[in-house]
Amino acid sequence: MVTNLTAMAAPPPSGGLPPSDAGVRSTGAPGSVAIEVTGLTKSYADVVAVAGLDLRIATGEIFALLGPNGAGKTTTVEILEGYRHRDGGRVAVLGHDPGRERKQLKPRIGIVLQSTGVDRYLTVAETIRMYASYYPHPRPVGEIVGLVGLSEKRDTRVLKLSGGQQRRLDVAIALAGDPDLLFLDEPTTGFDPSARREAWEIVRNLAALGKTVLLTTHYMDEAQYLADRVAVMAAGRIVASGTPEQIGGRHTEGVRIRFRVPAGTVLPDDLAGHATAEGAVELDPDDLSRTLHRLTGWSLDQGVELDQLEIIRKSLEDVYLELTGDTSVPEGVTPDGQVPAPASR
Amino acid sequence: MKSLVRLASQVRYVNKAFWRNPAAAFFTFAFPLMFLVIFTSLLGHPTLHIGGRTIHYSTYYVAAMAAYAVIGACYSNIATSVTAQRDAGILKRTNGTPLPSGVYLGARVIHAMIIAVLLVVITAAFGRLAYSADIPTGMTLVRFLVALAVGSASFSALAFAITPAIPNADAAPAIINASIMPLLFISGIFIPFGNNAPNWIVWIARVFPVRHFAVGIQAGFLGTAFSWTDVLVVAAWGIGGLIVATRYFSWEPRR
Repeated sequence: MVTNLTAMAAPPPSGGLPPSDAGVRSTGAPGSVAIEVTGLTKSYADVVAVAGLDLRIATGEIFALLGPNGAGKTTTVEILEGYRHRDGGRVAVLGHDPGRERKQLKPRIGIVLQSTGVDRYLTVAETIRMYASYYPHPRPVGEIVGLVGLSEKRDTRVLKLSGGQQRRLDVAIALAGDPDLLFLDEPTTGFDPSARREAWEIVRNLAALGKTVLLTTHYMDEAQYLADRVAVMAAGRIVASGTPEQIGGRHTEGVRIRFRVPAGTVLPDDLAGHATAEGAVELDPDDLSRTLHRLTGWSLDQGVELDQLEIIRKSLEDVYLELTGDTSVPEGVTPDGQVPAPASR
Repeated sequence: MKSLVRLASQVRYVNKAFWRNPAAAFFTFAFPLMFLVIFTSLLGHPTLHIGGRTIHYSTYYVAAMAAYAVIGACYSNIATSVTAQRDAGILKRTNGTPLPSGVYLGARVIHAMIIAVLLVVITAAFGRLAYSADIPTGMTLVRFLVALAVGSASFSALAFAITPAIPNADAAPAIINASIMPLLFISGIFIPFGNNAPNWIVWIARVFPVRHFAVGIQAGFLGTAFSWTDVLVVAAWGIGGLIVATRYFSWEPRR
């Protein structure tokens, strides 16, 4: 368990949570429902891909679907997009059944597929203009290239774009019809870190436009940074959902205090905790604020400095690994297993 | 009306992309002329008999290469490019937009037909200048254009019909060539057929559309007999191709 806990920047003691406007956005808007799924099932031959999935995504929300490969993420998303037929369950996307009313749904959604191409010989602006012409109320091309940061490349042919730029073009095409709902299937897989950061900024810009975004990813930091809510999928079911901060009991369970004191310092019994191999002291408090208060009070009274004091809670990655029973380290996690804190927003 | 505007706009994009791949465009146009010159030079200028007419090899090849150009532009090119687009996920992406699939695929067919007509015109003009080949006029021209239109549309439909049999873009050239090359040989496209062609070859060739199409095109250039039956057989293959394509055509990459 100790190794499963990873450090996060010490949050303000008051809330115990990193500052986030995300939680407010999701819980604050009771508004309409963009996607509602109940009891969704889908099998391929004798393999069950989706086994009774329930999902509800509010309008304007950025929702991340997490899960290992083969969990059924892409199948689920492609059913919502209308690419696949479901075996059972009820599905409403923007009020339409994607199985029966795909025609009405298509003008209102934008899709970024996991792997997808465009004609290599058209320019960026031509490509976007072409796709925009398929929709009843397209967005101006100039606005779209600006939104995805391709303004300087607008007259460049697609075959001259870098991988990251091509992915941005994918997003641009998905935005061409000014959709209400955007599907992003693993939008940053294969990106270098700076390209990922740029892509994230684009997705956040979309949220600012009031779009609903359904994102699948297996990058924990991506979900944490972008999503208002996340759901973890395993074996065709959603095994947990909530805000990135609260999912899997992250806000209540497994909180730990870690600090160092000068060698030879004698701690009172209630603060003794247990020593780590690196010489730090760890406490597993029942009541975080009370224990913290007691600890810092003792520190001030005794004049003992609490070196490297930090509060540690389960990372999203820990929750993910617990829930999915996946022992392999997911891609995109930095070598020390640390997940960038959302405070860096 | 709206669909026509969309179709025209889509054809323009296809055309733009086509000409921006100069190597592909060049060989689409150069191939039939290259073969025309090579075959005619290699085989000299003997004659053969078709029906009651004596035909020079050079003019025979003008008709044969015109037919070959149409089959290349409509069948081979569409099958290759559509498979590549399917593999690259372009078809799947397009299928997620409100663009009617008929407009998207129809634009490719219309573009291929335009290229085919252009190829025939170039081949005919070259044949006229270099070999004094006859150019169809009057009613012959009308019948020729019908045969050309039916042929290019049918070979386009057959191109869509073959794509389900192509597992990936790498396999496309091999499968497309395997499906068309033997027919080109047994249909007198590369090796001239006169009245004394082996019977069994002629009988096999009669089943497939290439021979009928070639004969239809020959009638325009060589003044040989024109038969609506040839046009009908080609059209039947086209309709059959359309049915297979409608049933089995896939917008998604095959894994």
